[in-house]
Amino acid sequence: MTTKLMGTAVQRVEDQRFLRGEGRYVDDIAVDGRTLHAAVLRSPHAHARIIDIDVDEVLDLDGVHAVWTYDDLTGPMAEPLPLLIPHPALTHGRTQYALARDEVNYVGEAIAFVVADDRYVAEDAVGLIKVSYEFLKPVVGIDNARAAQHLVHEDVPGNIGARLEQNVGDAPTAIAAAPHRLELDLTVERSACMPMEGRGTVARWDADINRLQVWTSTQTSTGVRAAVAVKLGLDLGQVDVITPDVGGGFGVKIVHPWPEELLVPLAARALGRTVKFTEDRREHFISSAHERGQVHHVEVGFDDDGRLCGLDVEFWHDHGAYSPYGLIVPIITSTQLLGPYKPNNYRVVFESLYTNTVMVTPYRGAGRPQGCYTMERTMDAIAAYLGKDRAEVRAVNFIQPDEFPFDQGLIFQDGRELEYDSGDYPASLEKIKALVGWDEFPAYQAEMAAVGRKVGIGLACYVEGTGVGPYEGAHVHIETSGKVKVATGLTTQGQGHATVFAQLVADELGCRFEDIEVVTGDTRRMPYAVGTFASRAAVMSGSAIHLAAKRAKEKVLRIAADALEADESDLEIIAGVVSVKGSPGSSIDLGTVAVLSNPLRYAFDEASQAATQFSVGDPGKAPVPEDEEPGLEGKDFYSPERATFASGMHAVIVETDPLTAEITILKYAVVHDCGHLINPMIVEGQIHGGVAQGIGGALYERMAYDESGQLLNASFMDFLMPYVTEVPDGIDIDHLETPSPLNPLGIKGAGEAGVIPSAAVFASAIEDAEGFPITAMPISPSELFALRQQRAEEKS
Amino acid sequence: MKPAPFAYRRPDTLQQALADLAGEPDAKVLAGGQSLVPLLSMRLAAPALLVDINGLPGLAEIVVTDAGVRVGALARHADVLSSSEARRVQPLLAMALQHVAHATIRNRGTTVGSIVHADAAAEMPVVLTLLGGSVDVESTAGPRTIPAEELFLGPLESSLRPDEIALSAYFPALPEGAGVAFDEIARRHGDYALCGVAALVRLEGDRVVEARAGYVSVNELPTVLDLTADLAGVVDEASLAASAETAVAQLEPDGDIHATPEYRAQLVRVLTSRVLRAAYEDACERNAR
Repeated sequence: MTTKLMGTAVQRVEDQRFLRGEGRYVDDIAVDGRTLHAAVLRSPHAHARIIDIDVDEVLDLDGVHAVWTYDDLTGPMAEPLPLLIPHPALTHGRTQYALARDEVNYVGEAIAFVVADDRYVAEDAVGLIKVSYEFLKPVVGIDNARAAQHLVHEDVPGNIGARLEQNVGDAPTAIAAAPHRLELDLTVERSACMPMEGRGTVARWDADINRLQVWTSTQTSTGVRAAVAVKLGLDLGQVDVITPDVGGGFGVKIVHPWPEELLVPLAARALGRTVKFTEDRREHFISSAHERGQVHHVEVGFDDDGRLCGLDVEFWHDHGAYSPYGLIVPIITSTQLLGPYKPNNYRVVFESLYTNTVMVTPYRGAGRPQGCYTMERTMDAIAAYLGKDRAEVRAVNFIQPDEFPFDQGLIFQDGRELEYDSGDYPASLEKIKALVGWDEFPAYQAEMAAVGRKVGIGLACYVEGTGVGPYEGAHVHIETSGKVKVATGLTTQGQGHATVFAQLVADELGCRFEDIEVVTGDTRRMPYAVGTFASRAAVMSGSAIHLAAKRAKEKVLRIAADALEADESDLEIIAGVVSVKGSPGSSIDLGTVAVLSNPLRYAFDEASQAATQFSVGDPGKAPVPEDEEPGLEGKDFYSPERATFASGMHAVIVETDPLTAEITILKYAVVHDCGHLINPMIVEGQIHGGVAQGIGGALYERMAYDESGQLLNASFMDFLMPYVTEVPDGIDIDHLETPSPLNPLGIKGAGEAGVIPSAAVFASAIEDAEGFPITAMPISPSELFALRQQRAEEKS
Repeated sequence: MKPAPFAYRRPDTLQQALADLAGEPDAKVLAGGQSLVPLLSMRLAAPALLVDINGLPGLAEIVVTDAGVRVGALARHADVLSSSEARRVQPLLAMALQHVAHATIRNRGTTVGSIVHADAAAEMPVVLTLLGGSVDVESTAGPRTIPAEELFLGPLESSLRPDEIALSAYFPALPEGAGVAFDEIARRHGDYALCGVAALVRLEGDRVVEARAGYVSVNELPTVLDLTADLAGVVDEASLAASAETAVAQLEPDGDIHATPEYRAQLVRVLTSRVLRAAYEDACERNAR
């Protein structure tokens, strides 16, 4: 009997390397003294016209090799960067140039690119560039963008990049006719992905073979490859893009190509030298991407039980200066807002607004945290209005287990119907209530109140569309050594892909786990791929790898059956050895099968002698039979009809200090349903990380822009990511496994889930502790104190 | 985030270090580097010369006498924090030092460096001021002692001349009959405080004859208030609350992106009474021994 690795908490094979400091990131590539280093002159102004750029002094500086401004760019490089995901509603999509042409639209926008002997000299050179500006009025914040007294882009009226409305039924009429109605205004501020490793790119042009090699810290190596080829006028076949270890992405690295991802290869080719760009933390704050900033207005009608009659949501999305990633974030908010509930009638409309700030693209959760926050605040408001238990109000609105597949009647971010494949929300609710002690809490709250302590409990539910298409592929290659090389094209930024993908291959192929090596994000190994986003790696590449391993196994069995003179159905593969069931003496290992799969003319070692022309084969037949190929490989692609929908519920108990308004987490509980678990430890790790990041977004982080568009907290000193000391010691987790019918493994994505309900669950708990509505997140002690003061003034 | 070009010297005698500083008006002294190096990397500071004093002999010492604690310029926060002798003579040092950033920063950062960096958000300038300590400095023109009350001129601005090196800081011992306490509230563990309070309360018999509190991160300078009048009668909820209101009225706290002036005033209020009470209890406990 073999033990299935699927569902087992296999230790991560990556960790020895990472924990010993042996990870190899972009900045660890090309560390020889001959590599040239780039630095970027970034706009110090949020909105200005560029009158003149004077680079004369730069070229006199010893150690400077070249400087580029917009005027030096030609052909496709002089065109705006691609609008990656066009949408019919994005009537005024705008993207920046690799280097600003005549206008800058945010502090941090790239203006000039300097290549020098080292980064020190490159930064010295950047300081010598003189730019004259004509100042334009900056537009900062959603209110100013809506007021449109000033425009970010002259040709975008009202600062409105897009307006999109979706309707299911007739919400306004249903609300008007409902027994009860409420209106809410709900705000979420900006935060950002903040991976430990920022962006970075190394490029090497090999003039002898006319090929470009690019190493970049990305979530899509195939995407970067296509962009680089187009922009530099190269054939795809001339460009390799390799992702080494990536120190976190969280969404920001799915955006591509970044200006530097094009400028570094451009410089490498022009100078004939290896060129490196490593983003520093300040650059990451002001020139990568942010997310989350949205303002929502909700109108809801409901009956005496709290059942939704109609829901009408209007929201405004702060898109920053440009919209390269299209409308993905607001579309996700507008659709995933519904969570596990049936709205009966739903209208949602959003406007995507330009502001003179860093652009907004998906950050882990990608619009779902805002949607969940909006829906869950609404559920709490309904419960408060009716004087009902908050869990009960949620329960009456749940889609029931027998209603799947459930079509919400909307179009999702992938252009397909928002149809939930499976789930069991009532079961999740029971689990979370038990885990957090929901029913016992009122007694505890009263007990605490008696001694002057304020505690509150919050609950938030979400549904997450994961594993969106279009596809991923995989290649499984069994070498003559018996080692199994697995490649998939999507990238890895710390998730443990090398472990979980190997688990899937070991299970399907029957080889030893330790004989498997997984390579991700290398276009030389798998040129067709999409990328790592939308909690899709396990679902998409996991399924593809499973299918590819299955194909490889089929070939193994064909060859082995022939060699062992047995029937395929009588064979089994255990620990890398194919044997006839019940007669262990009759066996052949995978390496030998690989030898036999490749008929040879030349022997290069002892094993290969067995495959040469005088050793094997029927002289009366072709050495490679028709419909077969030499080699022991399996390759397949997985392309599902639509996304699969994971779900979960979080609950938190907080204490708020009556004097200092400090917010302390007493208990955090998570119930999570991502279908079958491949590796429960890794799923729990994803939840832990997500919860930590969510705590940051709910209680600590914000982008503090002043009215002139300067980011006041562009460092880790003032942008408050939580330390381990701010995250609870224990997070109670319970799993539900409702398999997806959409893929062979029954799995759903787990990457983003931990962060989705954070703002919602903390707002709920703080509101419960304080007794007044919380309508703006994140919330700091200073803000909570201000709300208390305001409340006290209103009362008196 | 790479520093602008600078010259670097690492002298091995004080005389050489002082001569180096005297020879270059745009020089900075490098000790622990926990504030200076980030400023260099962000190009917020771009001195022509760094004089690294880590090679100078004898500056890492912590000399404790019954009169007080003298902390050498190269003594790290962690060294001072772990000195049981220093803790015995002046317990406020350890009470405050455990709030100074994180262990890794305390392992490199120096207490004297933190003081002469003159950041009102740092703990040790306030501690030095509250205790009436001083800093010994030297230049080629000779040594001098700068009392704490004359040391801090403005945000990140001290009365040290560019050619002077701070050689040590002196913290007087806990006076007879006195108790001390420290507390602060920060957004995250180890961050600069939103508000921090150090307090010293001295008793004669049961009577408070001295009650002073020093404030971290409240104003542009380390500020010490004399709150004796409020506590000279009885020490109870009412008198502690009165002292807190006195502090709020006198300080007019600043606002920033992490705290409004009103919130910071509330923290001054809460911490003043909390820390004064703790210092009072500390004094009572010591007097009872």
